Amino acid sequence: MPTITIDNKTVVVEEGKTVLDAARQAKIEIPTLCHNDSLEPYGGCRLCVVEVMDGGPRGLKTSCTLKASDGLVVETRNDRVMRSRRITLELLLARCPEVPIIRTLAREHGVKDPRFSADDERCILCGQCIRVCKERMGVAAIGIYNRGVKKYVGTPYDEVSDVCRSCGACAQVCPTGCIDFDKFSDKPPVPLVSEWNVGTRKRKAISIAFEQAVPKTPVIDKDACVHLNAGTCGICADRCIANAIDFDQQDETVTLDVGSIIVATGFDPMDPEPMTQYGYGRYPNVFTNLEFERLSNATGPTSGALLMRDPNDRFKFTEPPGSVAILHCIGSRDVNYHEYCSRTCCMYALKFAHLLKDKVGHEVQIYNFYIDMRCFGKGYEEFFSRVQSEGVRMIRGKATRVTDQAEADEEEGKLVVVAEDTLLRQLLRVPVDMVILCTAMEPRKDAIDVARTFGMSIGSDGFFLEEHPKLEPVSTATAGVFVAGACQGPKDIPDSVAQAKGAASMAQALTSLGEVEAAPMISDIDSDICIGCQVCIGLCPYSAIEFDDRRRISVVNGAVCKGCGSCAAYCPSGAAKISHFTDRQVFAEIEGLLEAGSM
Amino acid sequence: MNSEEFEPTIIAFLCNWCTFTAADLAGTSRLVYPANVRIIRMMCSGMVDPKYVLKSFLEGADGVLIGGCWPGDCHYINGNLKARRRIALVHEILERFGIEKDRLWLRWVAASEGNMFAATVKEMTDKLKELGPSVIRAQQVA
Repeated sequence: MPTITIDNKTVVVEEGKTVLDAARQAKIEIPTLCHNDSLEPYGGCRLCVVEVMDGGPRGLKTSCTLKASDGLVVETRNDRVMRSRRITLELLLARCPEVPIIRTLAREHGVKDPRFSADDERCILCGQCIRVCKERMGVAAIGIYNRGVKKYVGTPYDEVSDVCRSCGACAQVCPTGCIDFDKFSDKPPVPLVSEWNVGTRKRKAISIAFEQAVPKTPVIDKDACVHLNAGTCGICADRCIANAIDFDQQDETVTLDVGSIIVATGFDPMDPEPMTQYGYGRYPNVFTNLEFERLSNATGPTSGALLMRDPNDRFKFTEPPGSVAILHCIGSRDVNYHEYCSRTCCMYALKFAHLLKDKVGHEVQIYNFYIDMRCFGKGYEEFFSRVQSEGVRMIRGKATRVTDQAEADEEEGKLVVVAEDTLLRQLLRVPVDMVILCTAMEPRKDAIDVARTFGMSIGSDGFFLEEHPKLEPVSTATAGVFVAGACQGPKDIPDSVAQAKGAASMAQALTSLGEVEAAPMISDIDSDICIGCQVCIGLCPYSAIEFDDRRRISVVNGAVCKGCGSCAAYCPSGAAKISHFTDRQVFAEIEGLLEAGSM
Repeated sequence: MNSEEFEPTIIAFLCNWCTFTAADLAGTSRLVYPANVRIIRMMCSGMVDPKYVLKSFLEGADGVLIGGCWPGDCHYINGNLKARRRIALVHEILERFGIEKDRLWLRWVAASEGNMFAATVKEMTDKLKELGPSVIRAQQVA
């Protein structure tokens, strides 16, 4: 392995490494603008120059392109090197006086006012964008055109590129954020939105779902990953020290043999965008409950600061609101959407109000527009009183709409909530900075498919139906399948935990007993009557009937039979019968009913 | 017999998992529906033997209602579809007994549809009042 000397320090490096790599290994800092570990060395910015003193051709060389050969002696901070860097920085500062990274480097090197006439470019021509496009994305949609002071990054003939895939890699690597995407393509890159942060934050094509994810392993979005779609990029695999990136992984179907199943598929938050009167999606500062929840979370987009959204960039948050309206019952207790109460909104609305007072300050004005306050749980009513004593305004009356059309001076530039105060019998217009919609809890979109898979029923509200509302609150129509949580109906956390523990106990009771009680209503084929036609075998949905070759009759396996009676209703000889539903019993019922009830 | 005072009798064979539960729900919800229906619980609509239907008519019922789960929702995978095929055949032979097709109804009512059960009974009672007593009942009375 080559041994080189950098600033009188001896460094042993791997074969094929550059002097820049060696310096970084020895923790010697060399400034650079165009170097990127994922790209081929470029030697374009000339900031990483070092002076070769011995062991090779002497003079100033760019360390990012200089191979570390055995016996090389370099100096990284002597007068000649520093003079060269200062001149380079002076030229860059003249070209791009407003770019922070250039200003920082210039200050560090003692470069003040450049002697050259100032320009106001943002592109420093580091070439990372064109190299990532060509080397990593395999597209080469952009390149460097012209020479000298007229040099710029662009597309051929300055027309929008037809090979650009809008992957956004150029903008990603640009150290100054100067990529003007509209010039390159007529298809702007579509940001990948973090599902966990419900539209408040972007994510990468490879990302960890959320901070507490178990397992805390990044996953690749196979629809967005450039490598999986075009075979190029693969930067993550190069960078991963543990070599853990596996592009060949596929979805797997895992088959498990289990004795019982607990269905706890949860709910979907209602999308308020179709309720156009509340302006969600139209006004940037109308939030849903979950979006606000992410804002208030320490791992959210604002690290827990309660800020308003930038009108021009929905992923940017600016300053705290001066006034906030919290609109209860959006889609709940509403005959046009859901008749039921979502049960959680009153309490989290109070929590939001409390958090706003706590984090933004006491001066923030908070208005709750409610139909009824349902503070039903342990300690809830006390919390309601506490929040009221903090100065949160409670207005009884559901807000009818949110508008930005000002009718008075104080409404200019604000969102106006229009509502009726049903206690004062007065129409109100309340101007606020931010609106939070407490949207309804809805059954999951695929609840019907899940119900059919597990043989459960669905109630008229769309949630899974328990076997009995009072006596069997966690069982379902299918033995061994239990429900827990908001998939069975809107529920807050304490109720979900209680029901989940109930469901877990029910499942465990089955396991610990070691035997299962079967219903007595199962089929029985009278061996004296059966003629062995085998029609029942084809009808049985559970394959519970087998043919006894020796006796030439069909026989029911009582452990498999569920007692549906398909065989009994068809059996041409009348041999198949369901216990407790025999012909004699049913006929007696019919006779009894008609005799007693003749009108 | 005056048709105005005619009250039909309906024998209903209801699936334990859906329509029977719906009838239960109609009751616990205090829904009002005609008292003309007599319910026999079956485990599945696919369990209803054609002879139960014929027996009901022969014993003097004016109508027979069979209630099952919506297609795809059968507790026993596909019993309701077997019922649908079977009842289509029963409809074919009923007329030979002199019983109108409209006296035998097969309806899908889910467990949560208590309202629908009440509405179905109401609708069927009205229809039977329109049809008058069944031939067999008329003979019995005469």
